[in-house]
Amino acid sequence: MSPVPAIETNQLRKVFGNNAAVKGLTLQVRQGEVFGFLGPNGAGKTTSIKMLLGLTAPTSGVAALLGKPIGDRLALARIGFLPEHFRFQEWLTADEFLLLHGQLLNMKAGDLNARLDELLERVGLADYRNKQLRTFSKGMLQRIGLAQALLNRPALVFLDEPTSGLDPVGRRLVRDIIHELRQQGTCVFLNSHLLSEIEITCDRVAFIRHGEVVRVLEMASLSAGQSKVTIRANPLSAEMLAGLCRWGQDVQANHDHVTMTIQDESALPEVTRYLVEQGADVYAISPNRLSLEEVFIETVGRDGGL
Amino acid sequence: MRAILILAKLTLREAMRRRILLAGLLLGVSFLIIFTIGFHYLLVQLEAEIAASAPSQGVARIANAEIMNGFVIMGLYAVTFLSIAMAALLGADTLAGEINSGTIQTVVTKPIRRSDVVLGKWLGFAGLLGLYLLLMAGGTVLSVFLQTGYTPDHLLIGLSLIYLEALLVMTITLMCSSAFPALATGGIVFGLYGLAFIGGWIEQFGAYFQNQTAVKIGIITSLIIPSEALWRRAAFEMQTPFANALGLSPFGTISVPSGLMINYAVFYLIAALILSIRIFQKRDL
Repeated sequence: MSPVPAIETNQLRKVFGNNAAVKGLTLQVRQGEVFGFLGPNGAGKTTSIKMLLGLTAPTSGVAALLGKPIGDRLALARIGFLPEHFRFQEWLTADEFLLLHGQLLNMKAGDLNARLDELLERVGLADYRNKQLRTFSKGMLQRIGLAQALLNRPALVFLDEPTSGLDPVGRRLVRDIIHELRQQGTCVFLNSHLLSEIEITCDRVAFIRHGEVVRVLEMASLSAGQSKVTIRANPLSAEMLAGLCRWGQDVQANHDHVTMTIQDESALPEVTRYLVEQGADVYAISPNRLSLEEVFIETVGRDGGL
Repeated sequence: MRAILILAKLTLREAMRRRILLAGLLLGVSFLIIFTIGFHYLLVQLEAEIAASAPSQGVARIANAEIMNGFVIMGLYAVTFLSIAMAALLGADTLAGEINSGTIQTVVTKPIRRSDVVLGKWLGFAGLLGLYLLLMAGGTVLSVFLQTGYTPDHLLIGLSLIYLEALLVMTITLMCSSAFPALATGGIVFGLYGLAFIGGWIEQFGAYFQNQTAVKIGIITSLIIPSEALWRRAAFEMQTPFANALGLSPFGTISVPSGLMINYAVFYLIAALILSIRIFQKRDL
């Protein structure tokens, strides 16, 4: 039996006036994975998150979180959320702020107090627990916001740009926390512009453009060696090109070379042998690992989808 | 219910932390001090003049009671205005401000109903306004009582009506705040208050000159916003029969709003509260 997906959406759509902010989001996120949500500015990422959390009503389409429809309170009790523009009740102290949100989550007093100590310690704010949030820096607010999102030991956490206000130390902290969450089996839905962060932390990423998923990518395939290979060999028949598809995709012949994308570089010797056996002279086979940034630009386009 | 109470407590705490309560209390206390001192000196003066001119003890006592009643009503009129200003100021920024800043986002994504947010705030403000009114109206009445031993008739009914008026204005503010930005909300609420005020006066003068059309205009205004009608009913309840019979005064009333109008105001308040919840539930945050 496969567990219910953490997030499942089907043609989720949001229209503001004449403008479709999200055209039709169809997506499946598994429980326990760290999922990156990528796209250029204005691609509808934040609107999508808001729809999933019930902040904004979809114009059409359906979605389920942890197997429950949007806005279901049983599901919300198991979800955490750090909004993009983390603005909180600044007249509360850090302690009071977490206490409030824990109470709204219906947590038991004993459990909540223990969790509060633990989280304040984890995000490095234990010394500031009695300070009002108005005195906090942007980075500190982000940390307390993160603690707030983790109070209920959620099964699913939405982090909307969790590192935007943080210095390198803070970013490292967030990265470590995401790692811990993954180990605990928490699904993290990460919306970030920082591709390097995504590259390190995510299991899978979805590329969004105009509020549609244009591509979903397993990060393992990227780091384990998905490469764009350039082959210079002569002569190359159409049959040979078709044969190359055994080892990869996107086989394209240009006038003096062929490019293809392969999943694993360990296939390269076999590719070479195949070409030689087919009677081609091989001059060069050079693999180029794709960075996430390259995949990003290749996927959403240089115009950023504008 | 649990979430409503948590959010009501939060609302009270916010008013305390953001020094709204403090500002209200400080101004309230200064109001009471000035009222007490002013009343004291006027009382001394008036007693002397009545003693000099009145033909008998009985007439003097009646005149005295009228003056004291007039003072209490005047004081309560000011208190009513301040409570309404308080109601509008508290409510205007609350939902609108939190929606605008995004503070609301981590609250409504908790396992609570959106109606809990509106009801919690309403309850918190209702408590605050109750406390404020108790201090201000209680202080006004107490000040006169301590100096003269006088309390107006039907005080409890009068104060309840004033409280109802403050709650009404606060609920309307909350309703606007769930739909519009804070500044627009403030503008709408004070505009409505002005409308009720002028409508009330047209009705008063209409009654004085026995012009039915003017009275009808007043009643229609009261149907649009029944706040001023509540004050006039409160004043009517607390005034002496003599003052009521005398008619036109800035703080009193000739055209008395009916019991039906009071029921209408209660209905209006409940409808506004339900509408605020509906608007807030539908709103994209």
